[in-house]
Amino acid sequence: MSVDKATVEKIAALARIAISEDEAQRLVPELNNIIGWVEQLGEVDTSNVEPMTAVIPNTLRLREDVVTDGNVRDDVLANAPQAEHGFFAVPKVIE
Amino acid sequence: MSELTDLGVKALRDGIRSGEFSARETADAFIAQVAKAKSLNAFLVETPDHAIAAADAADAARAKGDTLAPLAGVPIGMKDLFCTKGVQAAAASHILEDFKPPYESTVSQRLWDAGAGMLGKLNMDQFAMGSSNETSAFGNVVSPWRREGGGNAPLTPGGSSGGSSAAIAARLCPAATGTDTGGSIRQPAAFTGITGIKPTYGRCSRWGVIAFASSLDQAGAMARDVTDCAILLEAMAGFDPKDATSLDAPVPKWEAGLNADLSGKRVGIPKEYRSDGMSPEIEALWQQGIDWAKDAGAEIVEVSLPHTKYALPAYYIIAPAEASSNLARYDGVRYGQRELPDGAGLQDMYAATRAAGFGDEVKRRIMIGTYVLSAGFYDAYYTQAQKVRTLIARDFENAWIECDLLLTPTAPSAAFGLGETTDPLSMYLNDVFTVPSSLAGLPAMSVPGGLDKQGLPLGLQIIGKAMDEQSVLNAGLALEQRAGFTARPEAWW
Repeated sequence: MSVDKATVEKIAALARIAISEDEAQRLVPELNNIIGWVEQLGEVDTSNVEPMTAVIPNTLRLREDVVTDGNVRDDVLANAPQAEHGFFAVPKVIE
Repeated sequence: MSELTDLGVKALRDGIRSGEFSARETADAFIAQVAKAKSLNAFLVETPDHAIAAADAADAARAKGDTLAPLAGVPIGMKDLFCTKGVQAAAASHILEDFKPPYESTVSQRLWDAGAGMLGKLNMDQFAMGSSNETSAFGNVVSPWRREGGGNAPLTPGGSSGGSSAAIAARLCPAATGTDTGGSIRQPAAFTGITGIKPTYGRCSRWGVIAFASSLDQAGAMARDVTDCAILLEAMAGFDPKDATSLDAPVPKWEAGLNADLSGKRVGIPKEYRSDGMSPEIEALWQQGIDWAKDAGAEIVEVSLPHTKYALPAYYIIAPAEASSNLARYDGVRYGQRELPDGAGLQDMYAATRAAGFGDEVKRRIMIGTYVLSAGFYDAYYTQAQKVRTLIARDFENAWIECDLLLTPTAPSAAFGLGETTDPLSMYLNDVFTVPSSLAGLPAMSVPGGLDKQGLPLGLQIIGKAMDEQSVLNAGLALEQRAGFTARPEAWW
């Protein structure tokens, strides 16, 4: 499978990364090199092999259903590029 | 008395306890070294006040006759990947520039609780993605090491924990935290002639460690010798309910358990690690390590890890896939930088913010990850890689029938020159010996083995069974005692 410029632009759009024409052009051979190389995994016979889900056997824990944190609104907002009236502010999304 | 900055963690801890010198003198000595070493670019932020506060607390506790905490008054470096309350944690990326976490990571908090102080935040590859430190948004770290007769060509300190490795090798700090996703503690340790251990996945809490690839990311200890690594790791490790993958197991007394006698231990030599292209110097070092292990009483056995060659390609699907998901949080809304072109809407803001904030390697990996997870390709790439990962873990399980530890070189070469490796794929190959154990979540460490012809350090890697850090540390100690590695870079910075 190899990627072309249109595919690179589609991936960038999905990843929400703006790229220029030039960058898209440059990324085509770069990504193809890497993807071509990882495709050697296709030679491995993995029939009857389960995909890895946890490297070390571990069980999910339950805890009491109680509030353990909160009341830190100002801390949460402190690093926001734009915070107003106790909220994160973003450009207008509804016309 | 030798210079305080020549002492390691154990010597500093013991000297402060006995009153041979004060914690304040110790902190001041390291702070002065950090301030003088700007040309190494190892520290992104210096926090002398933090180190001094911990030192003064240690001295006050001693004056009162209190029992000192395990690391009381020992100043350390903190990789920039760890969230530190009120102190910038940027993962060496522009997108998080000026981010001051309102909370402390579990690992760093445990170190402060143990009495350690912070000298500053250490430079690294951006979001821990890189093997040379060249992906840092704030300029690469320069290794304190130089080639003999090779002029002053700047060398890489390795990556991603390159600020940590350089700072320790240059005696700017006696120890530092590192994180290892595919070799980011072990390869920089090997490149700078220091020691570094990545424990079993889940030993150290990931809470507050800026995420790269969550199923692989693991914090660990970097220091000048094995004992110091054991001391630091003991303070860092431990169960944390805030990390769902944290191991609910007691932390062994690794320092007290150190024992360099390897009698009864079987050390496996994986034949697949011996590639045709292996440099003769690396091969000679490996043989030397085998002889040292034998001398320490170990039985040497050849073992096979048949899926070794597939570890790197599997890693470069799994790690980017997890990264593309983890790094989706950088959207210019909640923290970090925002790029808002005139008249841009929300979607344009996301795309512009991420284009401006992420470096090229980070973008490359996010895009690879997005591609392998996208509709129609998920099974062919991601599921297949996770199946191969199962086979790689099974290879190790089978090897443990025949041996207790594995011994390999840490990296395929000594440190290379900055700017020498420009092709992403060639850079990835640096991790060929470290990635398989990362994929299997196993504890592994690098210890210095000797110098190559250019006078640059080379490292030996020991891989152990899950939860068996003690055997890894013990084998490391046995090699360390026989290597007698005392070389250090001459101060030019």
